[in-house]
Amino acid sequence: MQSQLNDLSIRIGGEAGMGLESSGVGFSQALVRGGLHVFGLPDYHSRIRGGHNFFTVRIARRPLYSHTEPVHLLLALDQETVRRHIGALVPGGAVVYDEKDGLPDIPRRSDVHYFSIPLSKLAEESGGNAIMRNTLVFAVAAGLIGFDPTYIESVARDNFARKGQAVVDSNLRVIAAGVEASRPFQADFPFRMEAAPGAPRRLLLNGNQAFAMGALAGGCRFVSGYPMTPGSPVLEWMAGHAEEYGVVTLQVEDEIAALCMAIGAGYAGVRAMTPTSGGGFSLMVEALGLAGMTEVPVVVYEAQRPGPSTSLATRTEQGDLLFVLHASQGEFPRIILAPGTVEQAFEVGWRAFNLAERYQTPVIVLSDHYLATSIRDVAPEDLDFDAVVIDRGEWLTEAELDNLEGDYKRHQFTESGVSPRAIPGHPKAVHASSSDEHDEYGHIEENAENRRRMHEKRMRKLETARAEMRLPAAYGLNDADLTLIAWGSTYGPLREAVDRLNEQGLRAQMLHFTDIWPVPHGTEALLTGETIAVEGNYSGQFADLLRMATGHTVSRRILKWDGRPISPEYITNHVLRFTNHRKSET
Amino acid sequence: MVTVDDFASPVRPTWCTGCGNFAIWNAVKRALAQAGLAPHQVMLVSGIGCGSKLPDYTRANGYMTLHGRTVPVATGVRLANHHLRVVCTHGDGDAYAEGLGHMLHAARRNIGLVDIIQDNRIYGLTKGQYSPTSDRGRVSKTSPWGSFELPVNPIALALAAGATFVARAWSGDLQHLTETIVRALGHRGYALIDVFQPCVTFNRQNSYEFYRPRVYKLQDDPDYDVTDKMAAFAKALEWGDRIPIGVFYQVEDRPAYEEQVPSLQAGPLALRPLEKLRPEQVQRLLEEVM
Repeated sequence: MQSQLNDLSIRIGGEAGMGLESSGVGFSQALVRGGLHVFGLPDYHSRIRGGHNFFTVRIARRPLYSHTEPVHLLLALDQETVRRHIGALVPGGAVVYDEKDGLPDIPRRSDVHYFSIPLSKLAEESGGNAIMRNTLVFAVAAGLIGFDPTYIESVARDNFARKGQAVVDSNLRVIAAGVEASRPFQADFPFRMEAAPGAPRRLLLNGNQAFAMGALAGGCRFVSGYPMTPGSPVLEWMAGHAEEYGVVTLQVEDEIAALCMAIGAGYAGVRAMTPTSGGGFSLMVEALGLAGMTEVPVVVYEAQRPGPSTSLATRTEQGDLLFVLHASQGEFPRIILAPGTVEQAFEVGWRAFNLAERYQTPVIVLSDHYLATSIRDVAPEDLDFDAVVIDRGEWLTEAELDNLEGDYKRHQFTESGVSPRAIPGHPKAVHASSSDEHDEYGHIEENAENRRRMHEKRMRKLETARAEMRLPAAYGLNDADLTLIAWGSTYGPLREAVDRLNEQGLRAQMLHFTDIWPVPHGTEALLTGETIAVEGNYSGQFADLLRMATGHTVSRRILKWDGRPISPEYITNHVLRFTNHRKSET
Repeated sequence: MVTVDDFASPVRPTWCTGCGNFAIWNAVKRALAQAGLAPHQVMLVSGIGCGSKLPDYTRANGYMTLHGRTVPVATGVRLANHHLRVVCTHGDGDAYAEGLGHMLHAARRNIGLVDIIQDNRIYGLTKGQYSPTSDRGRVSKTSPWGSFELPVNPIALALAAGATFVARAWSGDLQHLTETIVRALGHRGYALIDVFQPCVTFNRQNSYEFYRPRVYKLQDDPDYDVTDKMAAFAKALEWGDRIPIGVFYQVEDRPAYEEQVPSLQAGPLALRPLEKLRPEQVQRLLEEVM
């Protein structure tokens, strides 16, 4: 008895170097072309070969925002995969394993199916190379769930075209062999997820790609960086598009140089950024203060991973919030944005540069491994290129400079705190700024009154900027009893958790913050009733930040710091435990 | 016609009377004028230290940055606008302690900077600690037993890192110092000039009297070949009663970093209009993820 599911997860596992993620992304592309919605989550160790990696693709007939914990079909390319993930299978689910690997010596589950298929042998025979079993096993999966394999073929054609027709053909033979191999097991596998033909084409991308695209659209033309997981794909993406879009990218000697170069480029008038993770950001701290002091627009993309130090290099955490908020000595205005979805990552990508130039100060974009690396399908119009605005803030025009009386005041005292900008190059714009306290011209000045006024001027920009910080997005019931608060990448899991809680009659809503600092005007008024902060860290840093900024103390905190992303189940289980506990008290 | 007076700033230096920085400051201004560069065509980038205040005393575009980070900031400026002649002026602590890595990488990169090191072989602004170029055995407040480290050899390091212009000058010969800077301003890639700069307050050893009888000019020898790297290495190791100054090494056959960047072929980034992506560009980006 087969049933069409509206929600199904397939997990492939094996060693690093087996091509799990690339084949998983290819399969996800095929699913999206087949009119289905996907959420793909890679899980890998910090090594090039060996170890245990897995990639989970969740498939549904409605848009997805999150991964989820149950697995319906497990594709095991080694025994370790069976050992580790057999427990995640739902009753009725199945594991497909390579005949040559056999099964590990662990108790068999009676409620799941075990499908032995000679994956390596078939890949060798049909494609000429046993390594192609990663492609083959996904074709087996397509056969089992009843998904039309022509979509997999179309992806193989597109993705391997540049390697020549012979490679395309061998992939097509492997796909056919996989589908064929699935036939004897189709009757036993109970879950179906057939294609929905004729759906409009959709995009499939992760947070890093979406942010990079948004930054490019927003006029970023200079990217300096040092490789560090999970931020470096942004540097790679920009380098790959540099020539076509007129961007300068450099891999430099360290993160100190990376931010200093971006600051130099920003000073000279180019929209500049550096992508990194928390460790790299640690090295950038002094330079961040330089940008604040000398009022240079610059963007830092900080894709968090667990800390401190090296910690879990390929995993996720939201543990850097209060660090980036306070990084560098002294006080200066900074803006912190934390996108939660692919769409938000794109929008934050271009907004960050407008904010940096409008307020002539550093903007930090806080992403994390979960958002940076998980893939989701969105409609082309969800990356809203039409909405992109390039607003460079207050600039002196050529004519204004030509008619300027006296020397240019780079750090002119103004009501807003923003001093009209001019970049080096114009004869009337000649000026020198300094990381020392300086006067309106930029000259070093130790006078107390000047210090007081110049520091106030800089800090005033924070209040000016606060007026355009956006309030959190609300999702769920308007008159909820329970308000769950999230920031950054927990958007997806919490959104789904809220749906599930409301289905159970709990009357919940989500407030999701993308604009983190300065905390938007009017935030206090939204924090009413029972509030629960949901964060991927140990202490509840955003809850502490809200208390500092608004005086509101959240009722409870749902936290996670094991390096793995928060799932909808993790949230609902905690919430239900709180509410059941309360019921038993009354 | 650009003159030295064009670079005159209303701000007066805070340097001690007799400080070697005065000669460097004058030489920079003279060299810029001789090279025909006006204040708006120049960007002086410095770090933190006595010598790094030079941009504050000079009417030109300038940026006084962080201790040790002069070169990466200057690199960013140069890549954003390679029509600006970017000149770094910073001390030996800045360049050879905190910033040594950046110097070597700038040399490898051959980025078009003139990098002038005000090398007084002591920390002046923090009041007399030994520096990376202090002689071994230098007694200071932080090296009461005499320093145990050997001094860095900036000339040899720059050569080893692939620098295409490596020179030394000193504050006691304004004419020669100016000529050396002019020559560096004409170089296409990274140009290092290590300048002996007596610190009259904290370094009594490496004084004008110490250097004057010892320094001799490499270019006085008509047979000295500035394109011979091994000869340059040999001269870099020469130290003692005779200390060579002048251009140790100069080759013009390696393109500057910025000359090789495809995106800079159409002119400086900073001078190009910044516009939204065109519809066909958007379409191409979307196709990549379909």
